[in-house]
Amino acid sequence: MSMTTAINVPIISGPRAYGRRYWVFAVPAAAVVLVVILFPWLFTLYMSVHDWKVTGDTPYVGLANYAKMLSDERFLYAVVRTLYFTAASVVAPLILGVWAAVCFASKFRLRGLARTLFVLPMMATPVAISLVWTMMFHPQLGVLNYLLTSVGLPPSTWVYDASTVIPTLVMVETWQWTPLVMLIVLGGIASLPTDPYEAAILDGASAWQMFRHITLPLVWPFIMVAAVIRLIDALKTFDTIYVITLGGPGTASETINILLYQTAFAYYDLGYGSAMVVVFFVLILLISLLLLRIRQREDLR
Amino acid sequence: MNRHLARRFLGRLGLYVSVLLLVSPAVLFFLWMLSLSLKNELDNTAWPPVFIPNPPTLANFVDVFAKNDFLTYTINSVIVSFSATGLALLFGVPAAYGIAKTKATKAAALILIARVTPGLSYLIPLFLLFQYLGLIGTLAPLVITHLVITVPIVVWVMIGFFEGLPGELEEAALMDGATIWQAFVYVAMPLARPGITVAMILAFIFSWNNFIFGVVLAGRTTRTLPVAVYNVLTFEQISWGPLAAAALIVTAPVLLLTLLMQKEIVAGLTAGGVKGG
Repeated sequence: MSMTTAINVPIISGPRAYGRRYWVFAVPAAAVVLVVILFPWLFTLYMSVHDWKVTGDTPYVGLANYAKMLSDERFLYAVVRTLYFTAASVVAPLILGVWAAVCFASKFRLRGLARTLFVLPMMATPVAISLVWTMMFHPQLGVLNYLLTSVGLPPSTWVYDASTVIPTLVMVETWQWTPLVMLIVLGGIASLPTDPYEAAILDGASAWQMFRHITLPLVWPFIMVAAVIRLIDALKTFDTIYVITLGGPGTASETINILLYQTAFAYYDLGYGSAMVVVFFVLILLISLLLLRIRQREDLR
Repeated sequence: MNRHLARRFLGRLGLYVSVLLLVSPAVLFFLWMLSLSLKNELDNTAWPPVFIPNPPTLANFVDVFAKNDFLTYTINSVIVSFSATGLALLFGVPAAYGIAKTKATKAAALILIARVTPGLSYLIPLFLLFQYLGLIGTLAPLVITHLVITVPIVVWVMIGFFEGLPGELEEAALMDGATIWQAFVYVAMPLARPGITVAMILAFIFSWNNFIFGVVLAGRTTRTLPVAVYNVLTFEQISWGPLAAAALIVTAPVLLLTLLMQKEIVAGLTAGGVKGG
């Protein structure tokens, strides 16, 4: 034994031989990932093919939970609602975020402070801001209806009516997450070369022309990254909807995530809830991959 | 020349108006939150609304701590977020170093998948696991589940930082006979300290803000602040003043951290598009 070690020492002392052992660094983190991420995935798959309530037997039911989803109107409506909420919650922050990024890319006084204030909504605790929004939406005493009526507009029902609840939640989501889009796109603008702009200024291009023909095409990849991130987050939105409406009025704002919570932790139908998790996860992956594909196609052009 | 100046002036004006329009929803929102928390109940339910508290009162804040076990919840939040952040640094920083050195992009993709997965989907199996282990009612399940948020943030931010470091210094240390562990601890880590700060702040903030894990896993005495604000106050007190005060208490540490460390936070967020949950 001691002979072999003695022989091996000079061989493994070079940096290249050490290179192979860097994976050891990742072992503790891998163990954590295994317990808190991988185990839940596998166990969710397992539960999704069982009739699993909190108490009693958990018989194997095959794909019955998945079949149930197809005829479950409440689930199907939740899917449609989620897609509607998500589409609006991607587009609005994206447009405003690009506008904000262009503004924050130019120099002006107090830019640092303005940018920090702009970023606050995404850092603030979602539950805290949701409670304040709820108070602001109050139909009789809320400050928002006061502001609307004081400029001559009719008051809104905000989250208290099925027809206005999702647009209102989209507004909260937009208020909260436009800063993230802004930061990603701002990072893109900061990495742009300055020569095209100098040439354009010499040619007498307007600010809009420069934005449309130089900035937009060059930062497009960053905008797509922001779109994918926004898409994933909008699909997963939970805290604000849960606190502000709990899926109501009725089920008018019940997205997949909220229904999932209710199924698993209010009705304790863990098997069906798990099947929903699997479908939800596949849906998220598919939509994100689709968007990434579109981006790749555009890169090819 | 005059036309050129006029155009420049209009451009500046447009910029300032844009910035004002973009920033005011955030500023007005937080000012209104502050206003609600500093007014008595009479002013809070007045119509037309009272905008500036006159005189401002701290009664709502006193109320929050006097009528509820808010101190316990604050301590819970501090324990959970500090533990989850500390553990994530302990596990995540070396992992990010290993991944950056071996250029293991597949491992990085796994982190991305963790970013894509809805937080709720971890909860059903983990809830059963913690029940089986008899941990429900302690803070352990919260610390463990918060790792789902903090570990990916730390790994993601740190991979970027370690990849950006020049490798020569570590190579030199290895040539001089240092082990890779020593090269990591004494050479790479000190150089990556700014990155560790960024990762720490972001992990802490998103752990502090987390609501969904606490809602499912916390018992009466193990609630973190966001859960407590939602569960206790919305049901036991419907008055706006204390509710706004409690909301402000919960989010104030995060807002202060953002204002003080804006450069680090912006750098971290821009790099990874990080978000918890």
